[in-house]
Amino acid sequence: MPVGAVNCDSFAPEDLTMPVPAPRKSPGFSFAVRQATRPLWAVLGERLLTVLIYLCGISAIIFVLSIFIFVFKEAAPVLFSGRFNLGQFLFSTEWYPTSEVNVRYGVLAMIAGTFAVTGVAMLIAVPFGLGAAIYLSEFCGPKVKETLKIVIELLAAIPSVVWGFIGLTVMSKLIVQFTGAAVGVNVLNAGIIIALMSVPIIVSIGEDALKAVPDSYREAAIALGVTKWQLTWRVLLPAAKNGLLAAVLLGVGRGVGETMAVLMATGHAVHVPHSVLDSVRTLTANIAAELGEAPADSDHYRVLFLTGVLLFVITFFVNLAADLAIRGIKKQ
Amino acid sequence: MTPDKHIEVRDLRLAFGTKEVIHGVTFDIHRNEIFGVIGPAQSAKTSLLRCLNRTIEQSTDATVSGTIKVDGQDVRKVKDLYNLRRKIGMVAPLPVGLPISIYNNVAFAPRCAGMTKKSELDPIVEQCLRQSALWDEVKDRLDSLGTKLSGGQQQRLTIARALSHQPEVLCLDEFSIAIDPVTTMRIEEVLKELRKEMTIILVTNLTQQARRLADRTMFLWNGEIIELADNDVIFGDQPKDQRTRDYVLGIFG
Repeated sequence: MPVGAVNCDSFAPEDLTMPVPAPRKSPGFSFAVRQATRPLWAVLGERLLTVLIYLCGISAIIFVLSIFIFVFKEAAPVLFSGRFNLGQFLFSTEWYPTSEVNVRYGVLAMIAGTFAVTGVAMLIAVPFGLGAAIYLSEFCGPKVKETLKIVIELLAAIPSVVWGFIGLTVMSKLIVQFTGAAVGVNVLNAGIIIALMSVPIIVSIGEDALKAVPDSYREAAIALGVTKWQLTWRVLLPAAKNGLLAAVLLGVGRGVGETMAVLMATGHAVHVPHSVLDSVRTLTANIAAELGEAPADSDHYRVLFLTGVLLFVITFFVNLAADLAIRGIKKQ
Repeated sequence: MTPDKHIEVRDLRLAFGTKEVIHGVTFDIHRNEIFGVIGPAQSAKTSLLRCLNRTIEQSTDATVSGTIKVDGQDVRKVKDLYNLRRKIGMVAPLPVGLPISIYNNVAFAPRCAGMTKKSELDPIVEQCLRQSALWDEVKDRLDSLGTKLSGGQQQRLTIARALSHQPEVLCLDEFSIAIDPVTTMRIEEVLKELRKEMTIILVTNLTQQARRLADRTMFLWNGEIIELADNDVIFGDQPKDQRTRDYVLGIFG
């Protein structure tokens, strides 16, 4: 029997036709008590609901699998065409998809770009996000909290193209002005933009995680004569670490997956960055920018889909690492 | 000889919002006595304890008036709040094992107070766990999580933790609610030992427990003191108030 199927053995149809016992008056109650029997529609309805919920549960798996299969199917022909070298794809920094004489598909520079932007973004977003979450949940008054939460939610609602626009116009000028970089659209710019985009996620999930810590922990620790900082550092953070880790990883996910804002803010140059002031291109931005130009079913088109598969694999490993980390924490 | 007043409470009133829950109570607690507090639910027993170490301020709508003096010092004017709380050990009704190791649970308060050397912490942890009758059960697994212990063990861990900062006053708020009778008896024996070193306030729903342990018992009802007297009066044939007699005998409440 498949998981989630309804067990039919425990339910015999005779149950439904059982005679309804006559209402009896029980001592002490002024109303009649009737032996409860469940009508047919309730029993069937419940079974239908079980099946529906089962379908909802496995739908996530179905969607993820079908997206992966579709993307892989588009990418597969080039993998086995003989014109393509997987080693070159992964380890070459040369991306010349439209060269007349020597076509090269190397995405190493874009992998480096993606990780550089994500890394810078996390360096900025994690301390800010977790700090804000701790402040919201433990230190600020109820009025400030309400206001801040509304503002932070607004921050989360800004479309990514607007963030990209800010990166392209405002941030790039500031970066040129303060660092003397030749171009303002670079790793630092995109990192800051992605950080600003992921801070609201980290704050709201982190705050939920801290709010989920039972108040009895706070009471117990406060009664022991510890300061608020000691309470936060030694009790609340250990108690909420799983949720806080989840918050950070969702932020990382945003950094890896964000496309529009980084397309506008990174400078879009295929180049392994040597400093945060170098322009880069990310895997996502590359797909967005080139897919429209690539002739359908050409090698170029298929390699872009292969880049999609690569992104899939990267996110899979990030999630796996997170899972293992959380399990490791739980075991302790 | 007049008894040494350790805690003096004068006309203490407490309100949550506009609802007053303690209506001006006045009493003294003597040094090194076990002071029983009995009374039905909603009689503000727990709130009274929370006024004592000022954790009541965690509830933002609470307003307190009147004075509480510990060692002659008004707790509401105290500058070093953390030091005050370290002087008063508090054990909550439901066990709270902090989500850190057993060792760290007990070492938590001393560490936060600035004691960091293992050579100083080890004897404290062992002594406190022995005093709370838990040492023999956990001495081989001090590194496992405090939250993994059973309810009764966690409650004893809570007591060990409350003892870890060597308090002068130990407040037990219905400590036996989650533990079995045998363990309760063991802890009661411990309390009889501890009273040589500290004053103990025992809030309990078990009138028999107050009878067994306390020197004096206060009967609190709806935020007012109905009667406060030596145990042989409260639990004797002739308490001053009929309600005390009824409550102790289990006729109401």
